[in-house]
Amino acid sequence: MRAFQILIDGFAISALYALGATGFTLIFGVSGVLNLSHGAIMVAAAVAAWAAASILGVGTYAGALIGVGVALLTAFATYFAVVKPIQDSRRIPNEEKEIFVLTGTLLWGIMIQELIAYFFTNNAKTVLPIVEGVVDILGVRTPSNEIFTAIVCCLVIALLWLLVNRTRTGKAVLAASMNPRGVTLLGLELTNIYIVVWAIYGILAGIAGVLLGMFLGVSSYSVGPLTASAFSIVVLGGLGSVSGSLIAAFVVGYLETLTAYLVSPAYRTIPALLLLVFVMYIRPQGLLGRR
Amino acid sequence: MAGFFTSRLFFVSLALVIIAATLPLYVSGYVLGLLTVAFYFGVFAMAWDLLFGFAGEVNFGPTFLIGVGAYTAGILNAQFGWSVYLCIVLGALASVIAGLVLALPALRVRGPYFGLTTLVAVLMLQNFVVVFADLTGGEIGLTIPDVITINAGANYWIALGFMTISAAILYGLSQSPVGLVLQASGQDPVQAGALGFNIVKHKLAAFIVSAFFSGLSGALLVFYFGTASVGTVVDVAVGVNVIVSAVLGGRRTVLGAALGAIFLIVAGEFLRPTGELATFIVSAVALLVVLFFPGGFLGAALSREARS
Repeated sequence: MRAFQILIDGFAISALYALGATGFTLIFGVSGVLNLSHGAIMVAAAVAAWAAASILGVGTYAGALIGVGVALLTAFATYFAVVKPIQDSRRIPNEEKEIFVLTGTLLWGIMIQELIAYFFTNNAKTVLPIVEGVVDILGVRTPSNEIFTAIVCCLVIALLWLLVNRTRTGKAVLAASMNPRGVTLLGLELTNIYIVVWAIYGILAGIAGVLLGMFLGVSSYSVGPLTASAFSIVVLGGLGSVSGSLIAAFVVGYLETLTAYLVSPAYRTIPALLLLVFVMYIRPQGLLGRR
Repeated sequence: MAGFFTSRLFFVSLALVIIAATLPLYVSGYVLGLLTVAFYFGVFAMAWDLLFGFAGEVNFGPTFLIGVGAYTAGILNAQFGWSVYLCIVLGALASVIAGLVLALPALRVRGPYFGLTTLVAVLMLQNFVVVFADLTGGEIGLTIPDVITINAGANYWIALGFMTISAAILYGLSQSPVGLVLQASGQDPVQAGALGFNIVKHKLAAFIVSAFFSGLSGALLVFYFGTASVGTVVDVAVGVNVIVSAVLGGRRTVLGAALGAIFLIVAGEFLRPTGELATFIVSAVALLVVLFFPGGFLGAALSREARS
C-alpha cells in the first residue's frame, strides 16, 4: 500500500523534475550556458497561468497557454538581454564568460523574482488544475492531476526526443552540441540554432512551471530551490547529457519521496545532496557525462 | 610591491580609511551600524575574490565558510559560555577546517562542477542548522549572550580596523609572488605546474587564507549582531550578495570587492523607501555593471588611470 503510494507519488515528482531539467541541460549542451534564472522562469510561468486563470478568469486551458507563452518570452529576454551581450562582449575575456553568464543570469533571476513578489506578493499560488477529481490506483487514492502531470511530462519528453532525433532542425541542434564550428562550416547560422534551443527551453520550462503550479503550488520563494534542484539533477546526470538528466531526475525524485515518507519530510533533500557529493567524488563528470 | 606605496591607489585608500575613521565623530549611530555590517561584508567579498579572482575557483558557497565560523563561535559562546575572544579564534579555526574540506573537491573537479559542490555544501550546512535545532537555534536563530561591546563607535572602529588589516594582508598577498603563482595556476594549471610550481600547495593555501578571513569576519559579525541565524550568515542569498559585491567592485582587485560590498549594503538602505523594489533595483544596477563595465568599479577606474 505504502510502497505503491511512494511509487506513484515519486513518479509524478520525478517526471516533473525531468521536464524541468531537460531544457536546462539542453542549453548547456548546445551553447555552454548554465542558466541560473531557470527557477525564476518556471515560477514566472506558473504565476502567469495563475493570474490569467484566477484574476482575469480566462479559464484553465487558456491560462496554462499564457503561462507557457510568458515562459517563452522570458527565455528569449534572458537570451537577448543577458546571455548574448555577454557572449558577444569583447571586454570580457573568453575564459571568464562562464562566470559572467552565471552572475548575469543569477541577477536576472533575482530581478524576475522581485518583480513577481512586487506585483503578486510572496504568497504561495496554486494554479487551478486542468483535470480535477481523484482516481483509485491499486488502492492508492491519487489526484487525477498527478496522473495528468506525469502523462504530460512523459509526452513532452517523447516529443522532444522526436524533435531532436527526427527533424532537420533537431539534427542541427544535436550537431551544434557536438561541434559548433563544424556546424558553421556546413553553412548553418549558429545564432539561429541558439534561438531554436532557447525557444525549446522556454516551452519546456513553461510547461514544467505551470504543471508544478498545479501540482504543488509556487511562490517567489521557490525560485532558488528550483534552480538548485535543476542544477544538481543536471550535474548528477552529467552536464549536457539529456538521458543522464532523465535518469538523475528519477533517482533524485524517488530518493526524496522515499525519505519524505519513511523518515521525515524535514529531511527530504538531505539524501539527494549526500548522493550528489558522493557521485562528484567518485565520478566528477556525472552519471552519463563525457569529458 | 614597492611601487604600491607611491601609487595613487595607495593614497586614495589611505585617505578613504582616514575619513572613515573620523566618521563616528559626526554621524549618527544608525549610519555607523550600517557601515559596521558593510565592513564585515567587505571582508567576505575580499576573501571570496582571492579564491575566484586569483585561484580561479568559482565558489558558490562563500556562506559555507562564513556560516561555519559564525556558528562555531556562536554555539561555543551560547552553550559553554567561553569568552568572546576565544570563541572568535576557534570560529576562525573551524572555518579553516571547513576551507580544507571545500578544497578537497576543488583539487579534483573544475568549473561548474566545483561550483555545484560548494552550493551543496551551503545547503547541507543549512539543513544541519535546521535539523540540530537544540544546538544551533534552528530556523529562529541562535541568541548569543555576550557581545564585544555595545558602543556603536567602538564597534565601528573594530570593524573598520579589521577590514583595513584584512584588506592590507589580502591585497599584499595577491600582489606578492605567491599571488602571481596562484593567478597562473588559476588560468592555466597545466602550464603553471610545468613551470615547476606546486599548484596543490598554492591552492590549499588560498583556501585556507580565504576561509580564515571569512570565518573570522563571520564570528565578529555574530558578536556584533548578538545573534546567528541562517538568514544572516548561511543562506544562499547572502552568498549571492557576496559574489555580486566582488564582481561589482571589480574581480581580481581585492580592494574593489570591499567597495562593492559597501555600495551594495548602503544602496540597499538608501532604496528602503522604494519598499520591495529595493532588491530589484540593486540587482538591475549590478546586472548593468556586469554587462557594460565587466571590470567593475575599481577595474573601470584603474583602466582609465592606466590609459591616461
